Amino acid sequence: MTEHYPVLILLVPLFGALLATLLGSERQVACWFTALIALGGSSILAIGNICALLASAEGELRYRMGGWNENSGYEVGIELRIDMLAALVVAAVVIVGFINTIFAKTRVTGEMREKAAFFYALNQLLIVGLCGIVMTNDAFNLYVLIEITSLTSYALIAMGNRRAALSSFNYIIMGTIGASFYLLGVGYLYIKTGTLNIDDIHTVLQSGNLWGDTSITIAFILIMLGLWTKMALFPLHGWLPNAYSYAPGVVGSFMAPLMTKVMVYVMLRIMLWLFGGEYIYSSGLVWGELVIWMSIIAIVAGSFLALARTDIKKMLTYLIVAEVGYMVGGAWLANGAGLAGSMYHILSDAAMTFCLFLAAAIVILRTGDHRLTAFNGLFRSMPLTMIGFTVGGLSMIGLPPTCGFFSKWYLISGGIEAGHWSYVAALLFSSLVNAVIFFRIFERAYFGNLKGVADEQLPDDGDCAPLLTLERVPFSMLIPLFIAGASVLLVGIYNNTLVSWLKAAMPPL
Amino acid sequence: MEFLAAGFIEDHIVPKFNYWIYVILMMIGLYAMITKNNLIKKLIGMAVFQTAIILFYVSIGVKEESGIPILSHGQHHAIVDEGRPSEEVITKEKFANPLPHVLMLTAIVVGVSTLGLALAITQRIYISFNTLEEDEILDQLRRGGHD
Repeated sequence: MTEHYPVLILLVPLFGALLATLLGSERQVACWFTALIALGGSSILAIGNICALLASAEGELRYRMGGWNENSGYEVGIELRIDMLAALVVAAVVIVGFINTIFAKTRVTGEMREKAAFFYALNQLLIVGLCGIVMTNDAFNLYVLIEITSLTSYALIAMGNRRAALSSFNYIIMGTIGASFYLLGVGYLYIKTGTLNIDDIHTVLQSGNLWGDTSITIAFILIMLGLWTKMALFPLHGWLPNAYSYAPGVVGSFMAPLMTKVMVYVMLRIMLWLFGGEYIYSSGLVWGELVIWMSIIAIVAGSFLALARTDIKKMLTYLIVAEVGYMVGGAWLANGAGLAGSMYHILSDAAMTFCLFLAAAIVILRTGDHRLTAFNGLFRSMPLTMIGFTVGGLSMIGLPPTCGFFSKWYLISGGIEAGHWSYVAALLFSSLVNAVIFFRIFERAYFGNLKGVADEQLPDDGDCAPLLTLERVPFSMLIPLFIAGASVLLVGIYNNTLVSWLKAAMPPL
Repeated sequence: MEFLAAGFIEDHIVPKFNYWIYVILMMIGLYAMITKNNLIKKLIGMAVFQTAIILFYVSIGVKEESGIPILSHGQHHAIVDEGRPSEEVITKEKFANPLPHVLMLTAIVVGVSTLGLALAITQRIYISFNTLEEDEILDQLRRGGHD
């Protein structure tokens, strides 16, 4: 049974999505329950997967789709490959999806109305796509799964108001350019190597010593450009802020933590497993230096743009742009600490972005204000939500024992080891800007005058009818926020274990 | 004018004309996606862009003097090239590589669904803004402020 966990993680939400569509929006609670069961089941399977991986001696699990015989001599079947990094990212993806489904229950009625069933179906499909991206070992399947993920996210974003539809359109244009560049790069690799299996491509590149070949260089550039567009690295980030901030609250809250992080994972996968460290970090290539400078610009620009925003969600989305810079820079530092920091930051950034977006969604819903003025006096009127927001904010700044501190620690020590002081300076600068951003909000929340949060100010989309719960925020929203906040702390406290697992999964540099 | 020298055309354009065509089509698509003001024209650019890549893949699967990879009636269903008379031997030189073509079936499906979704979203944009020109939409948003 254990060996089938990887494929079951994909199949359970896939059938859940079908079931949710069949049930239809009239049976909204049933749809919600389906999504909850499917994603909950997947979460348990993903944790089981980590346990199976810890127990196995090889440090990786391979699943051949359809039981293809591995003794056929060459790789023709489609394969799933799970090492520790993949298992942890998959677990993060499905658990965020599961918790967000709990969070979505009361909001979907208000934000989606008659489209509730489609929301639950697309939500699960998106999780399937993301898990598939993380686990697949086939370069072309990776493209198809990236497109499945993107298509569902275009549709989910467009469920918002008319601004959301326009942002979704821009995202389609940018996303298609990115995915097509990736596909083109895979084509060049296929011409040269004659295979699509990521491990086989690596073997052929190595045995044929194809590193210096122009086609391989072109393929590398095309794939990286495509992935950078998809992960919104600074000059290519144009689609992200609008898409995530105009998307419905429940959509933004799980797309923002997952999409860009999974794309960073794909970049690491392509860099280290497909091309291999000896090519990426070889002295003949000037990319390393160039990309680190791009990431420095991304960090600085993202922080400044976030500082300039008065809209809560816009501010958070620009922080994501800066965080993408952290991870890309760390991945190109060409040393173990930087890579471990980059991998660990995928997990920790998912946790803290999730926490902040949940808290922001609750604040915007409760106050009916999407600007920073919404936070005035909130420590008095909604202390529990603000505790969640504070944990997320402190993690963004990088205070121990939150995970943000430890990921910055690894990234900075990687930067020092590589002698890249400008990258170190950019990280510290971004910490300072984040401190300004979040302490400005905390100050408002402590000392700001509570605006008259009168009932007529609440958005009248049905979900703010008197709820007989704590501070009138339903428990189904507070509990996910607390779980997210707790995970920020737990990922931070157990950083040693996580990083040692990740380092074991890393291929030798 | 080295570009126009006859040798350049013979060496670089004629043997690689499929690549030249796909690059030109791709650039037309990219140009339309980035510069056109009308949303439908952007989508047409996107379709051209995706088709160019499909063309690239299809052209790399083609070999000279090769047929479709299907065994005709009477041929033995075994791919062995030893100990048989030469006309019966099934070698890989006789067949085009089907894999890139099969991959493109999937890519076409992806392209069609992206285009369909994009058109549906364009329709929603048209219903709420009553125009498909990007500058007019942005103008409306600027005048209307946040909504």
